[in-house]
Order: sequence, then C-alpha cells, then structure tokens
Amino acid sequence: MTSIQDAAQSLLKTAIGLVPARWLPGGSPDPLMQKHGLIGAPVSRLDGALKVRGKARFAAEVPMQGLTYAALLHSTVARGRIVALDISAAEAAPGVVFVMTYRNAPRMASPALMNTKPKAAGTSNLPVMQDAEIHWNGEPVAVLLADTQEQADHAVTLIRVTYETAPAITDFDAAKGSTRVPANILGEPPSIERGNAEATLVQAAFQVDCTYATPAHNHNAIELHAATLAWEGDKLILHDATQMVNNVAWTLSQIFGIKEEQVHVRSPYVGGGFGGKSLWNHQILAAAASRVSGRPVRIMLPREGVFRSVGGRTMTEQRVALGARSDGKLTALIHTGTAAMTPHNECPEQFSFPARHLYAAENIMIAQRVADMNIVANTFMRAPGESIGTFALECAMDELAEAMQIDPIELRRRNEPAKDPTSGNEFSSRHLTEAYGRGAEQFGWEKRSATPGARRDGEWLIGMGMATATYPYYRMPGGAARIRLTADGRATVSTAAHEMGMGTATVQTQHIAERLGLAMDQVVFEHGDTALPPGSMAGGSSQTASIAAAIIAAHDAFKAALLKLVGNDSPLAGLKPDAVEARDGGLCSSEEPDKHETYVSILRRAGREELVAEASAPPPLEAQEFSMHSYGAQFCEVRVSEITGEVRVSRFLGSFDCGRILNAKTAASQFRGGIIMGLGLALMEETHRDPRTGRIMNPSLAEYHVPVHMDVPKIDVIWTDIPDPHSPLGAHGIGEIGITGVGAAVANAVYNATGKRIRKLPISLDKLL
Amino acid sequence: MNPFTYERAADGAAAIRLVSDNRQAKYLGGGTNLVDLMREQVERPKLLVDVTALSREIEAREDGSVLIGAGATNTAVAADRTVRERFPLLSRAILAGASGQIRNMATVAGNILQRTRCTYFYDEAARCNKREPGAGCDAIDGVNRIHAILGASPSCVATHPSDMCVALAALDAVVHVQGPGGDRTVKLVDLHRLPGGRPDIETVLDAQDLITGVELPALGFAWRATYRKVRDRASYAFALVSVAAMVDVQGGTIRDVRLALGGVAHKPWRAWKAEEALRGRLATRESFAQAAEAELADAAGLRDNAFKIELAKRCIVATLGDLIGETA
Repeated sequence: MTSIQDAAQSLLKTAIGLVPARWLPGGSPDPLMQKHGLIGAPVSRLDGALKVRGKARFAAEVPMQGLTYAALLHSTVARGRIVALDISAAEAAPGVVFVMTYRNAPRMASPALMNTKPKAAGTSNLPVMQDAEIHWNGEPVAVLLADTQEQADHAVTLIRVTYETAPAITDFDAAKGSTRVPANILGEPPSIERGNAEATLVQAAFQVDCTYATPAHNHNAIELHAATLAWEGDKLILHDATQMVNNVAWTLSQIFGIKEEQVHVRSPYVGGGFGGKSLWNHQILAAAASRVSGRPVRIMLPREGVFRSVGGRTMTEQRVALGARSDGKLTALIHTGTAAMTPHNECPEQFSFPARHLYAAENIMIAQRVADMNIVANTFMRAPGESIGTFALECAMDELAEAMQIDPIELRRRNEPAKDPTSGNEFSSRHLTEAYGRGAEQFGWEKRSATPGARRDGEWLIGMGMATATYPYYRMPGGAARIRLTADGRATVSTAAHEMGMGTATVQTQHIAERLGLAMDQVVFEHGDTALPPGSMAGGSSQTASIAAAIIAAHDAFKAALLKLVGNDSPLAGLKPDAVEARDGGLCSSEEPDKHETYVSILRRAGREELVAEASAPPPLEAQEFSMHSYGAQFCEVRVSEITGEVRVSRFLGSFDCGRILNAKTAASQFRGGIIMGLGLALMEETHRDPRTGRIMNPSLAEYHVPVHMDVPKIDVIWTDIPDPHSPLGAHGIGEIGITGVGAAVANAVYNATGKRIRKLPISLDKLL
Repeated sequence: MNPFTYERAADGAAAIRLVSDNRQAKYLGGGTNLVDLMREQVERPKLLVDVTALSREIEAREDGSVLIGAGATNTAVAADRTVRERFPLLSRAILAGASGQIRNMATVAGNILQRTRCTYFYDEAARCNKREPGAGCDAIDGVNRIHAILGASPSCVATHPSDMCVALAALDAVVHVQGPGGDRTVKLVDLHRLPGGRPDIETVLDAQDLITGVELPALGFAWRATYRKVRDRASYAFALVSVAAMVDVQGGTIRDVRLALGGVAHKPWRAWKAEEALRGRLATRESFAQAAEAELADAAGLRDNAFKIELAKRCIVATLGDLIGETA
C-alpha cells in the first residue's frame, strides 16, 4: 500500500453515500464468489501455443521502418565526473547513426519516483544523462545508434571516457555504520512499538536474539529489458517490456514535457517481470536518442546491461529477537535492521512486514533503517522484503522452537493471533493453521527427527524444515475495464493490464466468460496497451484482484445498460440490475431463472450493433478495514554432504491459503516458480559486488547462479481454496507468496540435518564445512 | 565484437601457414570460449582459422591406448565406447562440465586451451596481468571465491576451469602438436604453465602450434578411477574443487596412485606430493589424510577462497576412500 493510496482512500472513505463494494460488509454478495464452473478450472494458458510457436511478439521483436539499434556504454567508476570524452572513433565506425552523451542529450526532467505520484514509474529520481556526474558503477554514459545491433555493439566499445573519481560508498559493511530512518516503508511507518519488547525479552523464560544477513540479487527475467520506439511528431510510440504501461506513459510524458496522451505504450507480452520491468534509464535514453536523431530505435539490454543499469533486491542485515513464556506464547518480538539503498530512490525493502502481522506477541518492536550507498537504485524483486524478512523471522522461530524443545509448527500454532497484532484489525480470511496441518500431513512432517544430525544416507545428512509464508493482499486503485458486446453475442473486455507469463489473460478470460455467461471462445481479454481503459500495474501480487474489481464494476454498468435496452417485450422487462445475472449467453432473473433473454436477442430487438460499458473499480477500502494477507507453510527436506557441505533439496511442499484459486494450473505454476526462485535465494543467488569499486563482478548467468533443473526436486503444492469474503472473487494474490518462507524452510532443514545454523544467505557449501 | 576474418583450413600445414602469416590470428575450435571472449573484447583476433574439421577421429589402438583427434567434440569423446571402456574417468570428467549444448560444440583442443573464468579477466574495467601484462591484478584483493590456492603468484590468482584436463592430467595424457618446425608431443601436465610473472603466457605452445590430438596411454587393468566435482549448484557451474583419482591397490597396499585436482590452480594440478606420500603405503584413511595434508601444505587462501584448502583435503580423502572401498 502506498502513501498515495492511503491518501486517496482516506478521502474516499469519508465520501458520503458511498455504496460498499460487494465484498465489503453491507455490499450485496458476488454470485461468482462461490460458483464453481470456469473459475478455478485448470485451463491451459491461452497464449501458450502462440509462445511455443514464436508468434507472440515481444517488445524487441516489433518491426519498424528505418529502425536503428542501440547500445549503451556504462561507467566504470562508482562516483565522480566525466572529464574527457572521445566519441570520434565511434562516430566514424561503420553503420553508426548517432552517439548521444550528456553533451548532446536533450534536456529532460528527472523521472518521478514510483509511489510519489499515482502514475510514477521512476526507479530513481536522478537526472538521466544530463550532466557529467556519475552516481553508480554501471551508470549509462553514452547511447549509440547504428544500423545493426552488431555495429552498435562494436562501435560503443570505441568510445573513450576519462573519469575524475570521487569517494564512494560501495561496501555495505562500511555503509551500515551510518544509517537513517526512511520517511515510510511503502506508506507504512518504519517503526512500531507495542509495549516494551526489549525489557520483556530479557525477562523471558526462553529467548533467542540473532542477526541475519542477506545479499544483493539481480533481476534475471528470461526476456531482457527491451523497447522498440519511434516518435511521430510529438507523439512517442513505445513497445515496451513493462509491468506498468500507464505509469511508464505518464512518467515519460513528464520527462519529455508532453501530455500523457502523447505517449502510447504497448506491452502485450512480457517475458517475466518480477518487479524489475518498470522505468529504467534504457527506455528514457532510447526515446531521447530517437527524438534527437529522428530515427526509430530498438534497445535490448544485453544480460550485462541488465546487471549494470537495472537494480534488484538489496542487501540487508536484520535482527530478530524472540522471548517466550514456558507455554510457548511469545512475550516479545523484535525485528529490526538495515537495508542498503541510495539517496535517489525509495525502496527500503520491507523486511519487517511479516513480523507486523504473523504472530500474537504481547510486546512488539519493529524498526527499519536504510544505509545509503552509491550503487544502482535497488528495486522491487519478487516479494521484496517478505522473501528475506521471512528468512530472518522464520529462522528465529525455528531457533526458539529448538531452544524450547517443542515442534516448530506447534510453536506457531500457539502464537496464532485472533486479530492483527499491530493494526488490531480483524483478519479478512486467515486459515494458516489449516495450511500447516494439511502441509504437515502430506509432507510427512511427523517423520522429522527433533534431534539434528540424526538421519543420514552414507555421507548425506538428511533434515526437514518448515517456515511460514506470508505476503500482503494489495489491490491498486484507479483501474478501469470496458466491456464491448457485439451483435453476434461475443464480448471483448479491455483494460491496460499485463500478461507477463503468469496466466493473467487466461484467468481473466475465465472470469469474463463466467461473469457474462459465455463460453471461453466467445470472449476476448484485451490488455497491455495505454489505448485501453487504464489498468493496474502488475506488482505487489495485486493485479488479479485489481482487474477483477474493475471488471465487476464494468459488468454492473453493462447490466444496467443492457436492461435499459430490453423494452417491454423482454422476459427481463422491469428487472433491476441487482435482480439479474448472466447465464447461457444472456441475462436471467436471479429469482426466476426461466426469465432469460440472450445478448443476441436483446441487441437485435434494440437494433444495436454493439453495447459498450466502462467503469472504474471502487477504491480498495477492504485493505483498510481488514488485515488481509496470503499465507502458506513451506516444507523442505534437504541432504547435506558431510564431506563437502553441498546442499541438495530432495523434497519440497508448499501449502497455501490464498483465498479462492482461480486457475488450478496457472496457480500451481506460480507457486512452484516462487518456490524455485526461493531455492535460489536460499542456496546460491548472490550479486558479487567488489566492495572497493561497487562494480558487479558476476554480470552473467554463468557466474550469477540461479537453480538449474538438477537443483529442483519434485515440488508439491496444495491450497485451502477458501474464498476471502472481502476480496473480489474471493481471491488473494499468488505471485509472490511462493518465494516467501523458502529461505527459512531450507535453512531450518539444513539445521535439522547438520546442527549448523546458517544465518547468512546464500547457504553456500563453504559455510557448512 | 571487433570485425574479423574467418578461414577454414584445408589441413594442418595450411592452418599453421595462415596463423604464421597473421600475428593476430587464432585457431578456432567450437568457439564456446573464444567467441565469448571476443564478445567481451578480451580476445580481439583479426583472423580465425577454423580447425575443427582437421582431426575428429577417435582411434582405438590395439596396444590399449587411444588417440583422440583435437577436433573431436567433448560429447563425442564422452560418449565414445572405447573411451568409456578404457578410460571411464575421462567420460565422467567431461560430463561433469558445462552443459549438453556446450559439450556438443566444444572440442578437445579448445577445452585444453580454454581460458580462466576469473571475473576480473573478463571485465575490461578491471586491472588484469593476463589481459595486459604489467597492469596489475584486481582479483588478489577482490571477489576471489573461485580463485587459486596452489601455485598462484603475486601477478595472478586465476584458475584453469577445465574438468576434462583434470582427468587428462591423471591419465598421463600426451598432447600431439604440429608446429612450423614439425611434429612433437608434450605431456598434458607440462603443457600449462603456472602464472609466475607472466600469467598472459598460459601454455608452453607457441601461437602457431596446432594441437592435433591427445593420446591416452594404455592402462593396466588394476586401476580403479573416479572423478568428483564440487560446485555451487548441481550442474552448469565450474568446479570449486575437483579430484581425479586412480588407484592400484593390492592386498591393502597402494601399489600406485595418480591424483589430480581441478579448480585450485592456474593449471590442472597433478598432486605429485600426495602420490608420493601414498605409494607403497597401507590404504587407510590416515594415509589419505596425510597425503592430502602434504599436497595442500603450500596452499594459500585469499579473501574468499580459503575454504577450498579444507575442501580439497576432504575431497582427496573421500575420493580415495570411495575408490578403495570399491576394491576391498
């Protein structure tokens, strides 16, 4: 939840006569909430066939007349200024069209930082190539356009830059000695105190007090960051790989001093976002170079370019201290720490969020700080905060269970809260203990030995661990949807939303078909284009609920508009929108289903070719009324070589409680994908930054390790499928929950196998020797 | 990538002539390393002479030896029936490296001559004596988890990344070389250099020398051999430490042993000291541990890689233990 949303909601909350959304108390319930038809069915992705045939056109594949290809030159120092610049050899190289540096770049406003304005997409508010100053090692210092990508890649190496260096903070160990309190953490207060946790801790019968460390990670979506763009007069046409088309359009319009409508962004397919596909330097620089040169531009960052100019998950050091009575009830919960950030962004890595909502501790202290560094701006990366926050919190819970000699699940059960422990709000839907129970049973948790190091197979020590998974429910404000019904009884639903491979378009097609009473092949879900009604950004696991709320609003308008057309001869004559529902290609009375007329018949009788209805989603008040989260329990079995310290995950199970599951197939893939990313976080993923220079030394997938197939065991996923009565369709976000808790589940399993606590990620073999 | 010319050589002599005539020429095998380095601006040849078609045969000789053509792919060697029957150690080592796609392209000679994965060698912004003699080394005090613990110098702490070569070192492989002055052979263990003051000079070969094949001398039947590779993920990662081990144990006594280490030095590291310590000794864990200590006595760790010393010792002991367990 952002500060902007907070402000917008508090205004709207006081609005007089606001009709509550149907998922809020007082609203009329959504008939689809409980209905089992298309919703929930394991429908295969509708874009799957296009993608395996290579027919889905991604941003870097859009053809344009007279296209030029861009290459970036990145700075090799972390801080300082350019004192000499020689582009003559590059300009003379074959095929070179244009070389842009700070000397000839057009004047541009600095990007507006995400969350500071409703449609801001900026990841840093530094000016982009406007002066000789260098702010991080890897900052783009030149953009070169050529007739082919190969010519551009070669010519850019001929540019000679001389820097005068300035002192830079590039070592987190040094930076964390000087920290500050950020203004807020995504709109939430950076610190919370309930009672006196420090004083209670020292008196507690059982206590643990530990420090955990997590490294930097870089975004490595399969699709590289890319854009193909052209100016038509003062209008910018941008085919982008982004998770926020409307935000990119608005922010670019501000940068170039034009109207929002003058930027047209399309992004129908994105090859993975994970939080990394927002607005970075490359789109801005490509648009600027295109404007000056008058040529269309394609920019596709090479893998190294993504490492150097796109931020990722930042480094943290976290303290978790827990005090408990002898009955296992928590008396003190302390989660504090520091995240690395820059002076130019606002992304403090909300690692303390899980501790604010998970356990019924009597005294709670939360405090987050940031340490400024001269590095590329960090950003959101799949469950920012929660992924590494649960590593610290859930390892500490395991350490406490060990100290108390009770089962880790039992410790968590004893601290299951009745209300949100920090906000005091009721939970909208929380069935975490059911997730523990079902997960434990299916995984065979009872076979876990309470004594570490008790199971072995030759040199391999075997252990089991578990951890709680949690991620907030978000719904973004401002999304709208349009339903267009045509005389043939088919419908198109449009909103500028994003399909990044998660199955969004498939799930919403299921939703639309069910809501309109049509077959899947009679409806089309249009998305990824700013020409459509404004959509929701695909971030914070919020998109499905956000789109659903907009579609529900549009459908209300659609029913009202349709009923105005029916006239007196229709079986639907005189019925109010609330009294009808969709069925069998038309509308019927909810009370008397035999009173039914098809869409085709209604439009024909009215002499209409089409009917269009558009509406915006109501503001997300539910998230203020209730404590709303996705939950889960992660179970892991590892084998650790006693000789080499190598860790192999042999079994994994995720048991989730995320409201209603809308597509069993795409949901399972989302959960599994999150867990696999979590295995990387636990065991191998780490950006190696040279602390002397701030330079990333492993900017390639050969040296930056993510799990390969052989690192991934069979992963079982199960879910409660209990609808949240207070969210659209009863659904919660599922995109990020999968990665949360995985780091701790693995670390706890490693402890159970070996008796060694590894509190610093990744759990590489050297830490276990 | 810089512009370059590509030629396919008709035979060895023609290849040598092409390279002798152009000081900035390089032989091209599968290109899985050289082309990457050209993209990174580390290698800037003006001419590539493709020699992959010259010698691809794998010749099973009657005396029990095998001669592998320099252009044979890693996949072809690992899958070859004779190699698998006579030298399964080599198959195992090759299959422990890279990925299926890379092994399909990579050649035997290219594997031998591949260059280090030191990230400072790859990064033009860093100082590197291997790229630019005399420039200095940023790896020594930098991020050096993957770097050398044996035989390093103040000029260079890079490692040779090959798995295949570790097996070849243990197998006493002999490299066949054709040069401007004629043919000669070089033992694999003598082919790579330690960095000393000139880490840019990586082998005893001259630029015009063309590797034509690798000979694996016949082995007695008593040898038991295996390859163990330790890395940061289950596949597609270079060795932190690897061990190629062969033992000939008779009646509980080690008659002969050959041991080589990967991931620890600028070259495939034949563990001569450990071998000497083991030969004629009883095959006990104590002997193995003493041999490992002897081999690693001179090892030195850097900021991030000191764990490799203990890891190498453990791997030596465990690998020998596994082998001798099999024969017991």
